Parts: sequence; structure tokens; C-alpha cells
Amino acid sequence: MQVEVGEKAEAREYGPLTTRMFVRYAGASGDFNPMHYDDLLARAAGYPSVFSQGMHSAALLASFAVDWLGPENVRRFAVRFREQVWPDDVLSCSGEITAISHNESGALVTAELTATRQTGGIAVSASADFLLPILPLT
Amino acid sequence: MGSPVGTRGPDYEMVVERGKIAEFAAAMQSQNPAYAGPGAIAPPTFLISGSLWAPDGAAVDVGFDRRRLLHGEQEFIFHGPPPRAGQVLTVSDQIVDRYEKPGKRGGMMRFAVVVTEYRGEDGALVAEARRTLIETAPRGGAS
Repeated sequence: MQVEVGEKAEAREYGPLTTRMFVRYAGASGDFNPMHYDDLLARAAGYPSVFSQGMHSAALLASFAVDWLGPENVRRFAVRFREQVWPDDVLSCSGEITAISHNESGALVTAELTATRQTGGIAVSASADFLLPILPLT
Repeated sequence: MGSPVGTRGPDYEMVVERGKIAEFAAAMQSQNPAYAGPGAIAPPTFLISGSLWAPDGAAVDVGFDRRRLLHGEQEFIFHGPPPRAGQVLTVSDQIVDRYEKPGKRGGMMRFAVVVTEYRGEDGALVAEARRTLIETAPRGGAS
């Protein structure tokens, strides 16, 4: 794989998201906060409906990132939670390489990643490092 | 209120399971072949599911009011390739930082940083998870 600073991944959409997807993530992750699947409780707590786990959006962004830079290569994945994500939201994931440093095992590539809601609001942003085993062309 | 910086929870075991990886990959809508089969590896955020292995009381208590608790940031660091199915990890939590900042509407917001270490069978650090928890300022501005 050859990469350079400024290179962007082809954007990908996830959604429309459903409560069923939040439930599936709850089971997979162990986050059983009922605000993510119990609509009555969520409304009683003052929310318009259930909403997605922040880590669910982060997992979708991770899914996007590994298809781009390689699941075995990930060395760091740091997420910031920004806006809540609701049923019927569509998240558009995008990414750009912002730095490359070389060491004896390959090229350590830093990517900035974003999952953006259909409103334009950023749901989660991430910074990730991937160690690519071969050196990019200089 | 809550445990001080340096507080460390007990060690517990997490087995990286092929079926759990497949379940997690489905939840992240991934068809990546790296997450299927006997050689499956852990996705970038998979280690969050380690909480399912934690015995009662293993999670360190930052002492925040659950109704005002936010998850601000979450970072995973891998000191090599991600763990593989079949690997047995030893996990423990530690509170590494606490600080406060004034809230936008008065009162103090409190922050706590918890690092979870995942060690391999030889004791070497395989991965770390660092989470920043936030307790928003109480309503009415009084802290």
C-alpha cells in the first residue's frame, strides 16, 4: 500500500441507523445503558427517543478505517464524542492521512477520521495510527 | 468521593474469543475477513467488551453522579498487532488523573482518566485503553 499525507479515503455511509443496531452493539460491547434501547425510559429521562452509544458510532468509524488502512496495522485509535446520534441518522465516514513517520518496521501513518450526521454535525471524530509494513514511495 | 489517583482495581482475565469478535464485527457492520475464522483478530474498539469479563467490583470507582456522567474521550493503544482469538489477557484498571474545570453555566466539571491495561501470558503489555469521564456541573451552578 502506498500512501501520502493529504490522501483521503473514499467516504462511506452507515445507516439509516436503527434501534436494532443499538441493541446489537449493546450485546456485543456489554454497554447495557437502557437509554440506548428502552424508548419509554429515554423519554421519561427527557430525551426525544433512544440514542446510539457513542462507542457504537466509534465502532462504525473503526470499521471504515480498517477497510482503508488494514485491520492488522492499527496501533492507536482515539475517539472524541461530539454529538448524539439518533435512530434514522445516517453517518458519513471520511478520513485523511495527516502524518507519516518512518521506522524500521515500516511507515507509521496517522489518519484523522470523522463520522458526520446527515445534519452536518460531527458525531464522533477520531485520530488513529496504522503501521504499514512497507514504506510508501517518497 | 470516589477513589484517588493511583487507585488500581484487581486483575481479571479476558479471553479473546472468536465468536465474540464475530459478534462485535457484525455490530460494527464490518465484513472484513480479518474478523472471521480461527485466526480472527480484535477490531480497534473490541477491548471495550472486556468489561463483560470483569467480576463485580473490579471496575475502579471514580465516584461521579451517573446522571451527570459523560464519556468524553476513548483511546486504544496497541503495542504490536491487535490481540488474536484464543489469546488470554490479564486486565486491570487504574485511575491515572483527575482534574476540574469551570462549567459553561457555572459550577465545576470534574474529569477522571482511567487506563485499562491488557497484558499477555508473558506479562508484556499488549494494549491499553484510556477513557476520559466527565461529570457535568450540577444544575443551578452550585458545585
